[in-house]
Amino acid sequence: MILILEQLLNGLQYGVMLFLLAAGLTLIFGIMGVINLAHGSLYMIGAFAGTWVATTTGSFWLGIPAGLIAAALVGFLVEATVIRKLYARDHLDQVLATFALILIFNQMIILIFGRQPIFTPLPEVFYGSIEIIPGLFYPPYRLLIIAVGLLVAVGLYFLINRTRVGMLVRAGSTNRDMVRALGVDVRLLYTVVFGLGALLAGLAGYMTGPILAVQVGMGEDILLATFVVVVIGGVGSIKGAFVAGIGLGVVDTMLRAFLPTILRGFMAPSDADAIGASVSSMGIFLLMAIVLLIRPKGLFAAGG
Amino acid sequence: MTEILRIEGLQKRFGGLVATDNVTLDVHTGEIHALIGPNGAGKSTLINQLCGELRQDAGVIHLAGRDISHMPAHERVDLGLGRTFQVTSLLEDFTVRENVGLAVQARDGGNFRVFDRVTARRSVWEETDHLLAGSLLNDRRDSRAADLSHGEKKQLELILALATQPRLLLLDEPMAGLGHVETQQMIETLSGLRGELSMLLVEHDMEAVFALADRISVLVYGQIIMTGTADEVRSDPRVREAYLGTEDA
Amino acid sequence: MRKLILPVLLIAIFALMPLIAELVGKNALMTLSARILMYAMAAASLNLILGYGGMVSFGHAAYFGVGAYVVGILYSHWMSEVPIFGLFPGSNQLLVTLPIAMIVSGLAALLIGALSLRTGGVQFIMITLAFAQMIFFLFVSLTAYGGEDGIIIRRANAVPGLNMRDKTTVYYVILVVAVLYFAWLWRVVNSSFGQVLKGIRQNERRMEAMGIATFRYKLYAFVLAGMGAGLAGALMANFLRFTSPDMMHWTKSGELIIMVILGGLGTFFGPILGAAAFLILEFYLADWTEHWQLGLGIILLLVVLFTKGGILGAVDRLKGGRQ
Ligand SMILES: Nc1ncnc2c1ncn2[C@@H]1O[C@H](COP(=O)(O)OP(=O)(O)O)[C@@H](O)[C@H]1O
Ligand SMILES: [Mg+2]
Repeated sequence: MILILEQLLNGLQYGVMLFLLAAGLTLIFGIMGVINLAHGSLYMIGAFAGTWVATTTGSFWLGIPAGLIAAALVGFLVEATVIRKLYARDHLDQVLATFALILIFNQMIILIFGRQPIFTPLPEVFYGSIEIIPGLFYPPYRLLIIAVGLLVAVGLYFLINRTRVGMLVRAGSTNRDMVRALGVDVRLLYTVVFGLGALLAGLAGYMTGPILAVQVGMGEDILLATFVVVVIGGVGSIKGAFVAGIGLGVVDTMLRAFLPTILRGFMAPSDADAIGASVSSMGIFLLMAIVLLIRPKGLFAAGG
Repeated sequence: MTEILRIEGLQKRFGGLVATDNVTLDVHTGEIHALIGPNGAGKSTLINQLCGELRQDAGVIHLAGRDISHMPAHERVDLGLGRTFQVTSLLEDFTVRENVGLAVQARDGGNFRVFDRVTARRSVWEETDHLLAGSLLNDRRDSRAADLSHGEKKQLELILALATQPRLLLLDEPMAGLGHVETQQMIETLSGLRGELSMLLVEHDMEAVFALADRISVLVYGQIIMTGTADEVRSDPRVREAYLGTEDA
Repeated sequence: MRKLILPVLLIAIFALMPLIAELVGKNALMTLSARILMYAMAAASLNLILGYGGMVSFGHAAYFGVGAYVVGILYSHWMSEVPIFGLFPGSNQLLVTLPIAMIVSGLAALLIGALSLRTGGVQFIMITLAFAQMIFFLFVSLTAYGGEDGIIIRRANAVPGLNMRDKTTVYYVILVVAVLYFAWLWRVVNSSFGQVLKGIRQNERRMEAMGIATFRYKLYAFVLAGMGAGLAGALMANFLRFTSPDMMHWTKSGELIIMVILGGLGTFFGPILGAAAFLILEFYLADWTEHWQLGLGIILLLVVLFTKGGILGAVDRLKGGRQ
């Protein structure tokens, strides 16, 4: 039972990370109609910039603004130089151009930081683990991630539902022309949304640093899972990104944690481990297939 | 069977908006039935439901006595339902001849063949050339659809629909945006088809409607407010108020 | 007649490559040339759905990899003499393994296509990518077949009457299969089905209004494309005498798209030129710097942002300019 709770928390933690990435991605799809493969690169840049500042200054906390600012700056730059040229293009051009960005960013990171993974120093407060409920010890840093993720979710909820920008965002994701007709500076709106997405990606990147290695390629691994979240949640839907992000985070973590053990009940341990590992790494994709069979546009598709 | 099309209680909502509201209508076999109504009345939405592009929320559609309410769009085409689009929708990279040829081929079958040569399908291209020979686009057969004038595109829309050999043709504003001469040509083309097939004609051009239609239905805010002959429509006070009153002098 | 110039020229160049490689004393040239042939096949199969059919599939390397694995798995069972699932014997006969590779990758494409084609637009891109990655993980976790390390194939598949231990013979086998494949593809794009496919790319709505059930045609094309990639992958496994999950990594799918675009989307010879351009670029850039992907990224970005129509498009424009 304790074990299950612990893995549930791990799943929640992974889920909010997915949400931070998927929220930006889904807004960029929904509002600008742009598919941005380089979203994972912004995540990686946030992680590297933040971690670099944290290790040079010795302060974990200084890494946070550094990661956020770096990701947002690169995001603005990318939007202004590349993405802006892609709004009117077809998806294929968008895929290729942002794929090119991945290649460029990966090599630049290798040139600057090398291929070796680097690690984010964790402040002492986060050492060890705390007892949340009797018998359940959990690392406080992971709790922090969960808290930050949920806070961002609440913040986004208010931003989208209670502010003027949010109103435009909502209108934009269902009817792009309407926003234009309202006389809104669409270009500014796009830049803001893209910047916001970059900021969230950078935050996610830096926050994961102490848990996973900060290395080249980290962005692509999570990008694919993020795509699955966006597809399941419904392109353009923040709510969908939240529900699907948490859901997938939990499902993925649970499968990895428990499936091999369960299978060992039926078969030889080596087979159980192999099949368990394979099914759990494919789990989120299978889930996506099932959701698509029932709802081709995802759970909370905007518009339609 | 004297009715080629019978619609009962057709309903379509877009969120809070009821685009077609309990529409009941029939088209007699051989008839040209005009559907008029102000912009946004739901005419295109009705056409799109009839051809299966949009799924109705309620109501039934019978084509020649057969319930087609839940049939996919392409099967309705096989049963003899053709349509044109209000905003022209062509194969822009193909020439006029290739556009028509593909429409003929689509009806003719053999579309899964991977080993034949499409340019060698004689019956397809003979029929294509025959269709084009009798049309205004004969001189333009080798122009890309993208290079056609608006009027020519509207003509091609019509030929593509005819190439599927429909029994009932749904025409969504075939005269929209045409000049006077082109409109006259379109009226002539359509009246030349009278008797060969039935038509449901959505049109704003009253001259054309009165010239062509056997009966006219008036759609306002998603509802049919009346159906009758040209004279009945002209003299109906509700129509004058809702529609003609605003446009006609 | 003029239409035949380019294909004859291409076949002649590829046929002479082993001799040229020997003359200049650079064996790597033959390897490069073989890789171009096989990637050209894979890119051309992608071009069928991407260029002719307008479906932006971002998971095409999966079928390439499945084809390669079929060869690897059949070979390892032939070696161990243990039937697959206790039912089918393994094989080392090229004339057996190639068709099976095509069938299996076609089935994979059928499954993935049937699900993915229910959507469109960005969803389709993401879903094909995700499913391909799922297949990637599947093979990574197949420890029975080497997991991440893949399968080593000691000897290229046998063909009766040929000495397949000789690299040059293998090269010519690849060339023959490639020529046959492109001849077949030529028929497809000029067939009734090809015409429908081109129509769907231009305007799916219009095709439905013509009575075409577009989904079925797209799925059919998707399966044909998957089979083509599987064939190319099966050849690759024979040529490298090795298969690994890396062959179906999603970046490989990206590279296939790049080849198609570089050559010219929806043009018949574009994928061959695109594959050649890409692999030659890689060959020389990689020789020069380990950061060659930086150069590739920049070139790709410039090509996408500032050119239209790839190499063949540029050639057309040059021709047009001269007239
Ligand atoms: N796909 C759609 N989503 C939401 N509203 C729609 C859609 N299509 C049409 N409408 C709305 O339905 C109403 C009827 O539109 P339409 O059928 O195009 O009118 P008409 O063809 O008579 O001018 C309009 O108010 C239009 O804005
Ligand atoms: Mg209309």
